[in-house]
Amino acid sequence: MPVDDPYKVLGVQPQASEEEIRGAYRKLAKRYHPDLNPGDSEAEERFKEISAAHDLLSDPDERARYDRGEIDVSGAERPRRSYYRDFAEQQGGSWYDESGSGRSGEFDDVFSSFFSGRFGAAGRRGTAEFRMRGTDRQYVLNVDFLDAVNGTKRRLQLPDGKTLDVTVPPGTQDGQVLRLRGQGGEGIGGGPAGDVLIEIQVEPHPFFRRDGNDIHVEVPVTVAEAVLGARIPVPTPRGAVTLRVPEGSDTGRVLRLRGKGVPAHGAERAGDEYVTLKVVIGPVDDEFKDFLRRWSPDHRFDPRRDMGRDSGRDRGGAAP
Amino acid sequence: MIGSDELRQLFPGLAAADLDAWIADRWVRPEGNPGAYRFREIDVARIRLIAELREDLAIGQDAIPLVLSLLDQLHHVRRRIRLLRDVIDMQPDDVRQAIRNGLIARIGTSSPDR
Repeated sequence: MPVDDPYKVLGVQPQASEEEIRGAYRKLAKRYHPDLNPGDSEAEERFKEISAAHDLLSDPDERARYDRGEIDVSGAERPRRSYYRDFAEQQGGSWYDESGSGRSGEFDDVFSSFFSGRFGAAGRRGTAEFRMRGTDRQYVLNVDFLDAVNGTKRRLQLPDGKTLDVTVPPGTQDGQVLRLRGQGGEGIGGGPAGDVLIEIQVEPHPFFRRDGNDIHVEVPVTVAEAVLGARIPVPTPRGAVTLRVPEGSDTGRVLRLRGKGVPAHGAERAGDEYVTLKVVIGPVDDEFKDFLRRWSPDHRFDPRRDMGRDSGRDRGGAAP
Repeated sequence: MIGSDELRQLFPGLAAADLDAWIADRWVRPEGNPGAYRFREIDVARIRLIAELREDLAIGQDAIPLVLSLLDQLHHVRRRIRLLRDVIDMQPDDVRQAIRNGLIARIGTSSPDR
């Protein structure tokens, strides 16, 4: 900001004496010195003006040239300088925390009063104490697929050496968070302890897949089992059960085992297990080949009929 | 950091005896030992401040430690507030909002920053 009149800036008459100018400057500098106004950027602007005006008027030669109209105040402006406050605001400023005046220790820590209740108690009646709930602590626990489905107990070793027995309830989902009340950080001022929050990460299973409370599994069957029907053992989360494969089943047929999914938990009913059959041919001997060569079914069957007649030809004429 | 010679160049008008007295009174706390002091930027800025308090602002010798002590306390509190602000900044949105609401309720403005 350009300053027109240094006399006005300092609030003195144009015929003011050097003493008057110095006195006016001191008075204003005490009020606007940036180090006496930490955090106030307007004070810094004001102080620059005052300093520039004083620089000009305190030098008799410069003042005379200004009075004759030869120069203006901008010639006396200084570059931006740094102040003590610029350094004291940084963490390094704590170097001067205990002043040399012998007040050391008296002004210890603002924050201690936050948590001791001194602030709060002053404004309230009685013995208001600062109470605060302890912090929550968060952990991640990896659990096997079947342990998450059936439920399990695990003993955790916490980083602070404490051990914690965790009950993973049946039907626990991937990403579910278990809350152990009162096992977290200690409360302050008699406040309750925080909680431990355990996020469960469920490992995938080689052949089981979960959808809500239902379990899906693909089970291979032989041609004979599929065609003639059979009773076969299939895995469920709680061990193998016998499944009746109806005669004439095919790959992709889905059979339901009621109540063999995720067990009932809380308000949830037990889920089902869905078994998808997959016919596998397995090792083939000459007898099987001969049978197929001799075999002439009553009804011709084209398993690719839904794929359209042209699709094969478009891809290079492999179709008959 | 600079040594005593460079410091003298920065403050040609400062008497060596004055600086020694300030150091002895712990108004200024350089590193090193007498004769081989090393001055940090903050020490240099503090020397400039003390010189200005004395010369430009005509603060008496007795009042300077009082001014320094009050300033040091003020800066301590300001650094602590900044630390508190940084910690609040790291809190979840709902915690920050709760703190903001609490401040607004007491200060009576929608802008608790000022």
